[in-house]
Amino acid sequence: MYTQEMQEAIKIVEQTRERRLKETFPRLKPEEKENLLRSYHPDYKPDATRVVKVGPNKGDKFTHEHADLLESRSMLDPDTFSLDNIDFDVDVLVIGGGGAGTSAALLAHEAGAKVMIATKLRHGDANTMMAEGGIQAADKENDSPAIHYLDVMGGGGFYNIPELVAALVLDAPLCIQWLESLGCMFSKFPDGTMHTIHGGGTSRKRMHFAHDYSGAEIMRTLRDEARNRGIPVIEFSPAVELIIDEYGQCAGAVLYNLETEQFLVVRAKTVIIATGGSGRLHIGGFPTTNHYGATADGIVMAYRAGAKLIYLDATQFHPTGVAFPEQIVGQLVTEKVRGLGAQLVNAEGEQFIYPLETRDAVSSAIIRECKERKKGITTPSGMQGVWLDSPMIDIIHGKGTIERELPAMFRQYKRFNINMAEQPILVYPTLHYQNGGILINDKAETSIPNLYVAGEASGGVHGRNRLMGNSLLDIIVFGRRAGMNAAERAKSVKLGRLTLDHVKRYHEELRKEGLGQKVAPILLPDYRGKISG
Amino acid sequence: MAEERKMVNIYIMGKHYKVPYGLTIMKAMEYAGYRFVRGCGCRGGFCGACGTVYRKPGDFRLKVGLACQTMVEDNMYLTQIPFYPANKATYNLEELTPTLSTILQYYPEVTRCLGCNQCTRICPQELKVMDYIAAAQRGDIEKVAHLSFDCIMCGLCASRCPAEIVHYNVAILARRLYGRHIAPPAKHLAKRVEEIKAGKFDEEIQKLMKMNKEELQKLYNARDIEP
Repeated sequence: MYTQEMQEAIKIVEQTRERRLKETFPRLKPEEKENLLRSYHPDYKPDATRVVKVGPNKGDKFTHEHADLLESRSMLDPDTFSLDNIDFDVDVLVIGGGGAGTSAALLAHEAGAKVMIATKLRHGDANTMMAEGGIQAADKENDSPAIHYLDVMGGGGFYNIPELVAALVLDAPLCIQWLESLGCMFSKFPDGTMHTIHGGGTSRKRMHFAHDYSGAEIMRTLRDEARNRGIPVIEFSPAVELIIDEYGQCAGAVLYNLETEQFLVVRAKTVIIATGGSGRLHIGGFPTTNHYGATADGIVMAYRAGAKLIYLDATQFHPTGVAFPEQIVGQLVTEKVRGLGAQLVNAEGEQFIYPLETRDAVSSAIIRECKERKKGITTPSGMQGVWLDSPMIDIIHGKGTIERELPAMFRQYKRFNINMAEQPILVYPTLHYQNGGILINDKAETSIPNLYVAGEASGGVHGRNRLMGNSLLDIIVFGRRAGMNAAERAKSVKLGRLTLDHVKRYHEELRKEGLGQKVAPILLPDYRGKISG
Repeated sequence: MAEERKMVNIYIMGKHYKVPYGLTIMKAMEYAGYRFVRGCGCRGGFCGACGTVYRKPGDFRLKVGLACQTMVEDNMYLTQIPFYPANKATYNLEELTPTLSTILQYYPEVTRCLGCNQCTRICPQELKVMDYIAAAQRGDIEKVAHLSFDCIMCGLCASRCPAEIVHYNVAILARRLYGRHIAPPAKHLAKRVEEIKAGKFDEEIQKLMKMNKEELQKLYNARDIEP
């Protein structure tokens, strides 16, 4: 429930609402956007990054939080750890049980491979489950994969890798149709036409959704299908190191059972990393929208094995994280709220940015509004935020729209006695997405033979800034590609002796630099005795 | 700045801890020293990992909430139920028909519902669980699909059911039947898929892929935006 002071502040928003309903805030010109990002986006803070001293990207800059992991040693002692007892022997090992991993497993299974998923928490405990807004695909008459391509490139600052973007936009309609055939309940008109809306940075309304449970609907459908097909899933058993055979091929992974604290050896002809992002590293001290296990494990393992990283220093801050109530600070307020017409408004009741600029730009504008222009609203715990004028949605689209179209959001606020259909909500940027990751090609292959990556752990497709709705798309497109290609490849793989020699070499490199005091992957954040973000 | 925090007493599986007022159950347990392996997933109310039941002294009623979305209260006796055994049927969705007989074939126990409404009472999403089980008994699959849509599959309903129904698994079967066999497929989507398979856009995409940053930027800045 809002404090008396905040209720007073809300009155100012209400006073300007009628006028604002008719106003469109001008879009940023390209040079304005560039300046805004350089001045206020957290990526550009000079002390946000440092040079990493070891590994394939030695000499490149990374955030301190990522650099700390890359400069850590393995959980395993490669000189004494035995790979002689093989606990699981499969064709395809999928590491990660989110949307990318499960799509990969389904396609590998379809291709006839013996496939297994290993995952840190439960099957489906992943950022996929939390994605609210939707999934992009150019499938309407006025749209085309080429227009989608241009939006993706522009959103990513033109840093995106062309062949990955082409795969993304051309596979998009195929993927939506695949999900539809699996019984995914997209929001549709009675004749079957998909509801589609804008997201930040889109030039066509191509955001498909399932109310605001889009990711949850996709995840639970894929999981149900994997269960129907009997694909084995080893839960509470994150991978902690890849295994490389004597010929330099990826040949499996060592898992760690979080409950029994035992290590398990998996031999696999091909391996797919689908471990997701790294929000739980709390980069720059920001709170995060990410699930509990988002700690960049796959990045750490692949990097040790020699895989190159790209744009990992580009972090996506979602413009609208919860700033109040304190209990859920940092949690996601879906972009769909803006897609349906809600404006961002400062303490004076005025707009300060076109609401559907790309996320990097909107986040920067909110930070500028609070930090420089001092037009933010201060919460009882001392946090800053700006208003997201949600009641506009019901005024524009009719009473009851919020409850119908944004049930998750409505419920989230109702639990804390805030009715977002009647009162605006307070938001501030929150750590949301890892724009970069392990470099892949359009077959989801890495530079390491037989190692594939799909989803948020990969890098290149989104350039330096992902557009809304392209993450759910990414996990399906590249999850499927990874699964298909890894299964096909597995048919002809001949594995040699299993080794952890790459870990020995990495430890040696760390030793020479005086690094390696800490251990990674960290697997889970540690909030004991603290109040977590 | 925040004023001095008021502290409250909570009892985690019977053991007493003092924690700051205003935290969620999840953050309070961490403050108390717990590091979750079970009972914590998305931390945002979507994954159903952190179903929690609690009672307060002098109140016979069992209360329920998601640990990540529920505030601690003074003298709360709580325990998480991170897992509850459940029967999940396996099926080939393609071959099924969206009818009552399909529901009864896989989950005949829906007919055992006693109408006690405990499932609805305990649902942390405040869904009308018993109502959708009633719809399932009638074979009204569309209604089951819509009433259950916001289900996060936490399993608390199944933990309370005297008829031993696993409501959320009935619900996902119904939703998938609805999505696959009742809701009409999107025609514009099927058309676009055919066009892509026929290579209609390949040339245009190839052209874009060869462009340098300046050329793309020019096109991007000049693109028209659907109102």
